[in-house]
Amino acid sequence: MRTALIACGALAREVLALKAKHEWQADVLAVPSLLHNTPDRIPQAVARRIREARAVFDRVIVVYGDCGTGGRLDALLAAEGVERVAGPHCYEMYANGQFQAMMDRAPGTFFLTDYLARSFDHLVVERLGLARHPELRDDYFANYTKVVYLAQEDKPELVAKAEWAARALGLPLEVVHVGYGALESRLVEMMKA
Amino acid sequence: MSEELDLTKLPTEEIVLQIKDDLYDGLAAEVVAAVKELLRRGLTPYEVLTGSLVAGMDVVGADFRDGILFVPEVLMAAKSMKAGMEILRPLLVETGAPQIGTLVIGTVKGDIHDIGKNLVAMMMEGAGFKVVNLGINVDAEKFIGAVKEHKPTLFGMSALLTTTMPYMGVVIKALKEAGLRDDLIVLVGGAPLNAAFAEEIEADAYCRDAAIAVETAKKLVALKRGV
Repeated sequence: MRTALIACGALAREVLALKAKHEWQADVLAVPSLLHNTPDRIPQAVARRIREARAVFDRVIVVYGDCGTGGRLDALLAAEGVERVAGPHCYEMYANGQFQAMMDRAPGTFFLTDYLARSFDHLVVERLGLARHPELRDDYFANYTKVVYLAQEDKPELVAKAEWAARALGLPLEVVHVGYGALESRLVEMMKA
Repeated sequence: MSEELDLTKLPTEEIVLQIKDDLYDGLAAEVVAAVKELLRRGLTPYEVLTGSLVAGMDVVGADFRDGILFVPEVLMAAKSMKAGMEILRPLLVETGAPQIGTLVIGTVKGDIHDIGKNLVAMMMEGAGFKVVNLGINVDAEKFIGAVKEHKPTLFGMSALLTTTMPYMGVVIKALKEAGLRDDLIVLVGGAPLNAAFAEEIEADAYCRDAAIAVETAKKLVALKRGV
């Protein structure tokens, strides 16, 4: 049985790595991660992928958090009868049960993942206009107290990127090697079922 | 506005248009200079606020909603409006400008995101509401204390995280238990929210952005007062 794993672009590389590790009979179909800037459009984009996948695959699993859709993604998936990996967002998945405790300890935590460390310049500096308007940094980040890098791969170049990101935000950095966390365990369970 | 532009030589209506352009372009120093010039010409602080700053921000809000402007541009415009408001605020108090009511607003417990909430606070102030901004990470106790102290007409809550938005329901329940809910118009907002969520937690309205918050607030206050 072939499975389509419809994944957020921010998780696609990691889902591909998990597919290879567990030798799943699956293909990964990505949805652009930039839709996070307009979460209203996520359900529609995922629905399109589901329709494409259904024509080819026996089973469809959506690898997304709620991602700011306010339950609209889950409502769509319920109507379509499609499963989603559990979790509100990728930080919660990667933090593997520790996300809420981390937030309770420091609500002003800015999280990075491998994807965000790689894309920080584009997604944060460029998209938030910080290159053009550096004076906006405090408008965006004054309430943050630290950056926590939830690292999937153990790569010095990604840690260096995370360090650069933390410096750009003027915040201290904490690196936590979490691997794929609950994203892996939850997907493994789903693929077994 | 170009540096060589001499405001003193422009007709008043052109300065008003210029303020709107400068707000749109996020030019705070130019907005401040034009506000001062309009005041020097005898316009009331209230006229400057509504006719120039609020009107200018309405254009910014509409273009943001239409996908013409993005968050950085809106924030630069807001900073410019804030700079203009710094001049006008004390004068508005002195001249007894009309106030529609009081708004108590804050970002809920566990959440430190305040960009949208601060935009709402500023736009509501511009629309003539007295604003009590409780800041970020506000728990039910603090919200209730502020309601008892300031007796607002409007009560606003903001959350950016899926994990913190349910706390809005906790606050509304606490307001009910304290016998305060029925006297308030409760508005909620934040990226992960929607109208269905607002209804579920028994808020009066979900506001998608700052301009809609002002529009909704005015409408609901008028309805409540039977205007």
